[in-house]
Amino acid sequence: MKSAVLVFPGINRERDMARALKLASGQESTMVWHAETALPKGTDLVVVPGGFSYGDYLRCGAIAARSPVMDAVRAFAADGGLVMGVCNGFQILCESGLLPGILMRNAKLKFLCHDVHLRVERSDTAFTRGYNARQVIRVPIAHGEGNYTADAETLKRLEGDGRVLYRYCSPTGEVGDLHNINGAAASIAGIVSEKGNVLGMMPHPENHVEDIMGCTDGRGLFAGLVEHLERAA
Amino acid sequence: MKARVTVTLKNGILDPQGKAIEGALKSLGVNGIASVRQGKVFDIELAGADKAKAEEALKAAADKLLANTVIENYRVEVL
Repeated sequence: MKSAVLVFPGINRERDMARALKLASGQESTMVWHAETALPKGTDLVVVPGGFSYGDYLRCGAIAARSPVMDAVRAFAADGGLVMGVCNGFQILCESGLLPGILMRNAKLKFLCHDVHLRVERSDTAFTRGYNARQVIRVPIAHGEGNYTADAETLKRLEGDGRVLYRYCSPTGEVGDLHNINGAAASIAGIVSEKGNVLGMMPHPENHVEDIMGCTDGRGLFAGLVEHLERAA
Repeated sequence: MKARVTVTLKNGILDPQGKAIEGALKSLGVNGIASVRQGKVFDIELAGADKAKAEEALKAAADKLLANTVIENYRVEVL
């Protein structure tokens, strides 16, 4: 799996992401600076990592989404290429128009930094193949603006098309206001694009991939991507 | 030429920051405030002198970057 990790000023999770990608695929990622106008040849997966691009000025992800490299990412995604955005990366993908909706300030206004449980809604996608449908995984979050929202029509379409892949839930998989840590519409933690090749999610699967991290529930996402690409090859 | 772009949240969009400010005003004893919605103001200096062109440029700026029209409305004023 040849992966490219985008780097914007203020991003700080790119190394965690590259480490998780290498662990799953055995291959080093290429770091791609935001001012580049092309992705490395043969890229299988583009990852937009987490952090605070441009200090969250204007709106989270708004300025990064207008970077030169994002035109290349849009073209890559239009060709069916796999794109994954985590945390600030999810915000950037929403601002760039690759995913619908927007991430608003957490409902209780607090920056949240702790583990959460996620319910994997289906297992038949590139981004969830490493899990079983309805499996509950534990991964960390670290965000102040993760409260996903979109207009009623878009939310209806996301649900109808099965494009919600990850939802905040209890340790046993119940979804409800009590477990919806940031107030997101329908407890949405992660969604995919219409064609299913662009994922955005707020939690950080890359931070639960090694034993020393205390949990390895994030591995499935990366292993699933590797498997998906091997099957496609 | 000076201009101002005002960006506000659309009706029905939850504004937790505005709510917190509203609560703080109430606790300060500022009376008569029914509700608060927070927005943004951009004061912009324009290079040319053509008002129609300026409005066009400001609209483009708002649509492309200053506002996210999923949740925000904007108003453009050439001062």
